Amino acid sequence: MLLALAAGCNGEAGGPPGEGKPSGAITPAYGDTRIEASIGNVSSLIPNVTSDAASHEVGDFMYNGLVTLGRDLEVTGDLAKSWTFSKDCLTLDFKLEQGVRWHDGQPFTADDVVFTWETTMNAKTPSPYKSDFLDVDRVEARGPHEVRISYKRPYAKALLSWAVPMLPRHLLERWVRDGKLREAPQNWTAPIGTGPYRFKEMKSGEKVVVVANPDYFKGRPPISRIVYRIIPSQATIFLELKAKGVDVAALTALQYKRQTEYPAFEKAYNKYRYAGAGYTYFGFNLKDKRFADRRVRRAFAHAINKQELLDGVVLGLGRRATGPFRPGTWADNPEVKGVPYDPKRAQALLAEAGWRERNADGLLVKDGVPFTFELLTNQGNDERKKIAEIIQASLREVGVGVDIRVLEWAALLKEHIKKRNFDSIVLGWGTGADPDQYVVWHSSQSGPDDLNHISYANPEVDALLEAGRSSCVQAERVRYYHRLHQVLADDQPLVFLYWRDALPVVSSRIYGIQPGPAGIKWNFNDWFVPKYLQRYTAG
Amino acid sequence: MKSFWRAFRRNRLAVIGGIIVVVLAVAAVAAGSIAPWDPNRPDVKKILDPPSRAHLLGTDQLGRDVLSRMLHGARVSLAVGFVSVGIAAFIGITLGSAAGYNGGMVDATIMRLVDLMLVFPRFFLLLAVLAFLKPSIWTIMAVIGITGWMGVARLVRAEFLALKEREFVVWSQSIGASGFRIIWRHILPNAMAPVLVAMTLGIPAAILTESGLSFLGLGVQPPRATWGNILNEGKDAIELAWWLSVYPGLAILLTVLSYNLLGEGIRDALDPRLRQSAGRVGGRGR
Amino acid sequence: MLAYALRRLLLALPLLLGITFVSFIVIHLAPGDPVEMAGGDVPMTQNPQVGKWREELGLDKPLHVQYLNWVSRLVRFDFGRSFAPHGRPVLTMIAERLPITLLLNIVEMLIIVTMAVPVGALSATRQYSAFDKVTTIFVFIGFATPDFWLALLLMILFGVQLGWLPISGLRSMNWEYLSFWQQQGDFLAHLTLPIVVATFGGLAGFSRYMRQSMLEVIRQDYIQSARAKGLAERVVIGKHALRNALLPIVTILGLSLPTLIGGSVIVESIFAIPGMGQLMVQAAFERDYPVLMGNLVIVSTLTLLANLAADVAYGLVDPRIRVGRRRR
Repeated sequence: MLLALAAGCNGEAGGPPGEGKPSGAITPAYGDTRIEASIGNVSSLIPNVTSDAASHEVGDFMYNGLVTLGRDLEVTGDLAKSWTFSKDCLTLDFKLEQGVRWHDGQPFTADDVVFTWETTMNAKTPSPYKSDFLDVDRVEARGPHEVRISYKRPYAKALLSWAVPMLPRHLLERWVRDGKLREAPQNWTAPIGTGPYRFKEMKSGEKVVVVANPDYFKGRPPISRIVYRIIPSQATIFLELKAKGVDVAALTALQYKRQTEYPAFEKAYNKYRYAGAGYTYFGFNLKDKRFADRRVRRAFAHAINKQELLDGVVLGLGRRATGPFRPGTWADNPEVKGVPYDPKRAQALLAEAGWRERNADGLLVKDGVPFTFELLTNQGNDERKKIAEIIQASLREVGVGVDIRVLEWAALLKEHIKKRNFDSIVLGWGTGADPDQYVVWHSSQSGPDDLNHISYANPEVDALLEAGRSSCVQAERVRYYHRLHQVLADDQPLVFLYWRDALPVVSSRIYGIQPGPAGIKWNFNDWFVPKYLQRYTAG
Repeated sequence: MKSFWRAFRRNRLAVIGGIIVVVLAVAAVAAGSIAPWDPNRPDVKKILDPPSRAHLLGTDQLGRDVLSRMLHGARVSLAVGFVSVGIAAFIGITLGSAAGYNGGMVDATIMRLVDLMLVFPRFFLLLAVLAFLKPSIWTIMAVIGITGWMGVARLVRAEFLALKEREFVVWSQSIGASGFRIIWRHILPNAMAPVLVAMTLGIPAAILTESGLSFLGLGVQPPRATWGNILNEGKDAIELAWWLSVYPGLAILLTVLSYNLLGEGIRDALDPRLRQSAGRVGGRGR
Repeated sequence: MLAYALRRLLLALPLLLGITFVSFIVIHLAPGDPVEMAGGDVPMTQNPQVGKWREELGLDKPLHVQYLNWVSRLVRFDFGRSFAPHGRPVLTMIAERLPITLLLNIVEMLIIVTMAVPVGALSATRQYSAFDKVTTIFVFIGFATPDFWLALLLMILFGVQLGWLPISGLRSMNWEYLSFWQQQGDFLAHLTLPIVVATFGGLAGFSRYMRQSMLEVIRQDYIQSARAKGLAERVVIGKHALRNALLPIVTILGLSLPTLIGGSVIVESIFAIPGMGQLMVQAAFERDYPVLMGNLVIVSTLTLLANLAADVAYGLVDPRIRVGRRRR
């Protein structure tokens, strides 16, 4: 396990003094309310048409997909009991759980799966998830609990794409047909899913309340009620946390490190820490001759002290990145070692590449031209600005001059990145649950609107990406991606800096949390509060 | 003028206010040379250091020197105050004198416009506009100015109505002086006093407005410092680093206080008659 | 009297049109196609609400045609639907949010008036006294304290340190389990801090107005002659001066409404109160045009009505007004 999961005093938390604390094991019990806080607003109760975090978090309470992600980010069955891929990876058969009912009592069947797909692909449905299903040829119900999906070509993310929330045909069909899904009552006032919690009420801009679904097919969740509060100010959420008005929230690095390390807080909450899903990088325009030389890129990687960077920028709450795969996931190759901080080696590599002499300013010179370039990053992200400053100072040590420009996001994208009009950038990439990164690294993806911003082209990488993408056998894919990881780490098309940690806290009266690479929320419907610790009780 | 000075000097509070106003202005102008550190240079080894000999007012979340940022921030904050109030005064004086001098339809139309602008919550207008335009320092100044001229327009018009009937104006008209000349040479100088007072009260209001916008993320953008955004960044560490909240807060308080004392002092010294009209513009700027 | 009220109402009609005009212009100041600029991660071509809006506004048509289209739908109380994925009618969204903002503002105004009038009157009658100076300083501190900052300090003190008051929101999480009176108490407790913060700022301006107004009245001839007649100072001030000084306050009350509502933007954001201010912030960040425009129109129309009411009330207490023009 790569992860150092720092929990507080988990398992030891005592009840309020004076109350009879049962000796022996903490036993699960029904009851209590869990209060979560979100900065963002819920924009719809049908998550299939939204892309904001709040709508999806609330959606997770009420809906299920066919599959979901387990603790180690592995794909597990949700509404699907099992599945099989054909040898050619073109046919995917799901066997569905039996006896699942929608919140209104109607049975969930294969027909609803077909309907969900039809809804997503309907031209009048504003779904941001259409691209996941572009390669789907047919979706057929082969009996009430069997679905067959036929693909036009192998698609590595096929299985994972069926984590999309299932929608009830009997309630939504006429709305979808008329292209008025947004006007359906299920969109705002009466959502119906199959999930562990049922909708209770929503006060626009204030809160969403859901209650435990007693008929949930995996068993009634122990915590009776969840209140999802909208609190638009981060400072207010933190104060609510200190006053114990919120049970689950995310901390900033500063809060985690310096504002929550006192006994009262550590008694009331368990703090968690796990690798987040995004990494920050220092990338080069590889069309520039200077950066096309691998020795130069590796020299830069040696010149930057990533640990100091991590300490300064996120107070050490992150992990040094060695490549583009999230640490702890199956695609991540733990054998790959990062480029160590070694300014001497950096200078030697630069000398090898022809940068030997220094001018009066102490800058390296080749053919009479000093080594200086521009570094661009986006406005409104202090982390990246700080990184830029640290890189500037580090490269100056080895004789390379950097000018920093902080640009407004739209301008940066439109005027510089799309036009490939830049020397270097400090930006970040988020990663999904599937390791396929074809669009970021493949040489065919270097057009103006494509995402291979740095114009990277490496035949071996291309081949690995293609192989990894068109296989549905994880054991094979592991090989491709582990190799890809090594190639990218050797080649350093960009300097991988760090993965920032996610820093959630949960009230210590809540038990059953099993942190893992997937974070803490993956088993939220198993969380419970022992009877003697319950806080919100009726009467 | 002499009597003005005598009256003004007698008001001790007003004199203190005036001195502070001048000191702040000088500090702002000279920020570049008196600030001990580069206000925008982070230092990851000094994150949130308390006040010390090296950093008299401590450091912020990026390890930057708060004193230097306050000094440079004074420049931006005061510029926001002055320019936006200048814009407001220009529009207000132009429309107010047009209304007051011409009367009739022109007056009625302009006063309707004033009424119209007054029913909009200013902060709502600011939000609507700034969400679409890039929140650069210039747009912020312009928008605060354009939404804040109504008080001045009313004042100027009222002065005009009062002055129009005075002998020197009637006399100028009778010898055929042009309207513009009469306004410029004879009426405006007499009407300036309450406008000046209104402006001194408008400057701190504009600084406060900018701090509110910073809170919503629509103020002057970092790394450029203003008192408002230093205070706003400080709120995330309010219990950890009091110096990040207290000093900019004090700076704003001091500015508001001194400009108000100065304004009231000028008003009292100029003419007790003005007492009533000036207060109206001093409303909080949102 | 009725004629006066009617005349005021008639005069307000062009203002109403003006409100729609300003609201329209503000949004269309932005360069480029407003719909293109609208945010959200869902590509806008896929958003049926946006498509519909584009159709209804006739964005390909000249501005004045767009404006007339929009106004003609407003007249039928059709404010359109939000751009957000829920696509709810703007009017419904506003109807949900308006009551709490109105409640807060009315309570704030009542508190401000009941506190500002005695404070202003007392400092006027004792001009330059210690009381006058202390209140002046206090009032300026109120004026100079950014409200988000004051709010945080109070939240830390009363919410976290002392634990006397709830920090944010409108109701406790166990609200459903409380008795009726406990529920009312709980609601009041939640409103306390937001109201204190909003009043603290507003008090400053208001007590200054009152002081000025009072100072002016005291210098009037009839007060002097009342004094000369040998009436007790208490009667002179309490009966004659105060009543006259209060008259202009009625108007200022109406005029300061937009300032108060504007202040609710920050108060509602920091205290997590789902009112108009929060809706406005959210719409601005999401570039939700229909909601933005609807908000501007509704809030300013309400202010206009409040001003109208203040005018008519003023006319009632002071008959001279009905004849002459109110504004000096």
